[in-house]
Amino acid sequence: MPRGRHKIFLGMAAGVGKTYRMLQEGQAEAEAGHDVVLGYLEPHDRPATLVQADGLEVLPRRGITYRGNRIEEMDLQGILNRAPELCLIDELAHTNAPGLEHEKRWQDVEQVLDAGIHVYSTVNIQHLESLNDQVTELTGTRVRETIPDALVAEADEVVLIDITPQSLIERLRAGKIYKVDAIQPALDNFFKVENLSALREVALRQVAQDVEAKRIPSGDGGAFGPSVGARPRDERLLDTAAPQAVSERLLALITPHPRAQRIVRRTWRSAQRLGAELDILWVATRDPTAEQQEQLDALRRLASVLGAHLLIERGDDIVAVVQRVVRERGTTYLLIGTPSSRGPIERLLRPSLDHRLLRALPGVDLRIVADRTLIRKEESE
Amino acid sequence: MTVALLALVVVLAVAVVVLAVPALRPAGLRQRRSSPPAAVGSGRILFPFGAPGPTSRALDVALRLARNESGTLVPVFLARVALDLPLDAPLPRQSRIAIPLQEAVEQRAASFEVPVDARIERGRSYRHALRQMIDHESYDRLVVAAWAKGGGGFDPEDIAWLLRNAPGEIIVLRPSGN
Repeated sequence: MPRGRHKIFLGMAAGVGKTYRMLQEGQAEAEAGHDVVLGYLEPHDRPATLVQADGLEVLPRRGITYRGNRIEEMDLQGILNRAPELCLIDELAHTNAPGLEHEKRWQDVEQVLDAGIHVYSTVNIQHLESLNDQVTELTGTRVRETIPDALVAEADEVVLIDITPQSLIERLRAGKIYKVDAIQPALDNFFKVENLSALREVALRQVAQDVEAKRIPSGDGGAFGPSVGARPRDERLLDTAAPQAVSERLLALITPHPRAQRIVRRTWRSAQRLGAELDILWVATRDPTAEQQEQLDALRRLASVLGAHLLIERGDDIVAVVQRVVRERGTTYLLIGTPSSRGPIERLLRPSLDHRLLRALPGVDLRIVADRTLIRKEESE
Repeated sequence: MTVALLALVVVLAVAVVVLAVPALRPAGLRQRRSSPPAAVGSGRILFPFGAPGPTSRALDVALRLARNESGTLVPVFLARVALDLPLDAPLPRQSRIAIPLQEAVEQRAASFEVPVDARIERGRSYRHALRQMIDHESYDRLVVAAWAKGGGGFDPEDIAWLLRNAPGEIIVLRPSGN
């Protein structure tokens, strides 16, 4: 049985309209004659959201008694028995009450997809496992319920529900997200413009990366097109020959020397401006000396603070190794230190590293990071 | 005549090679070209500081010391990692503080002609980051600024801890009277 298609509605925070949009699209599919059910809806008493659910079949919930409390959860078996074409399931990151088939709702969703049922689901960006720490540092709020990144990476479609932080705060103030008594605490804590802006940036970047990673030939365009469920997951892999469509990726080429710190810092600044990933590469032509090892350890600590990736590759031909790494990592910018001075005969015999890199890496921008100490020395001479 | 011409050609060829290859060039001529990459000085002077950054007074003292000893300044930014984050988590917010500070220190050091070998150390607290720094770095001297209102620096307990636990010479800079 072909696996169902998974479409995720992703948002930066509660209240952006993920559930609303999911219901709208579900309604559209139902009107087009497809069999659509609501597997689980968390309307949060938002009237506008409830209106969107009107007319859709709502599957009964499954009651669980846990520590004397009655909890209503999604009924996985009920969905599988009903076997609709499309099931709408809210709150992908939800943790199920003990006693259900799975610990997490995303695991339920996987089983629904495996049964050949298409799923529309919703999740907020801070629930992505790999972004959890970053979001905690940005907002000061740690989210306990996480989903594996692979779930989003492997989803057939990810729809970003984006509104400006100001609009979201207005929506919150107008009582469209939380009840009156919860508005002020929300404004005092999580719902601050700086928090929401940071989350929005993370969400936009995540989806941009996702688009890039899924560079696949345009398919049916809809949930129920001709290729629904027919495409094996492995076919949705990176096409390394395709052009880099969306994001930049920077590579700092260094040697383990104190100068390298400056190149890494410069590259990191550029990466910040471009919202790009950063790799640091040393092409080791031999084993590092004790001093070089010390520098590498320091660079590793710097890279971990910056969220960069330190790569150490063995090879005699620096240009060939850089060429390979650039191809593998999808690098768009290469930054190197100031090449050492060479005599005219050396220049005649062998072109400089920057020239060779330029020739070997068409389409990759090359930037030479100036060495301030050299400028000072030139000035003093 | 032919021999003399041949000798002249040989002499000229040798001169061209000597002038072209840096390693064979006389020292005086070699200095006129771009200098070799910034060398690392012999002595290492550790200069730790936290998020507000060092005062220019403290930095200048450390740089003068490094210059007088032909040493290398090792400015160490100490990043505090919140308890709910893994100790090795990326720290984008603190990086945005640390990197400009390291750049500013390096710029100042360039005006003193002091080589720099910058570091970032992380820990749950400044004390923890200081301990990591001592474990990771080899150094000859450690220069720390005592806490001053509005000027950063380390509190007396951290300095007392350093004096008890850090090997080597430690120079504690008093806060400015101003």
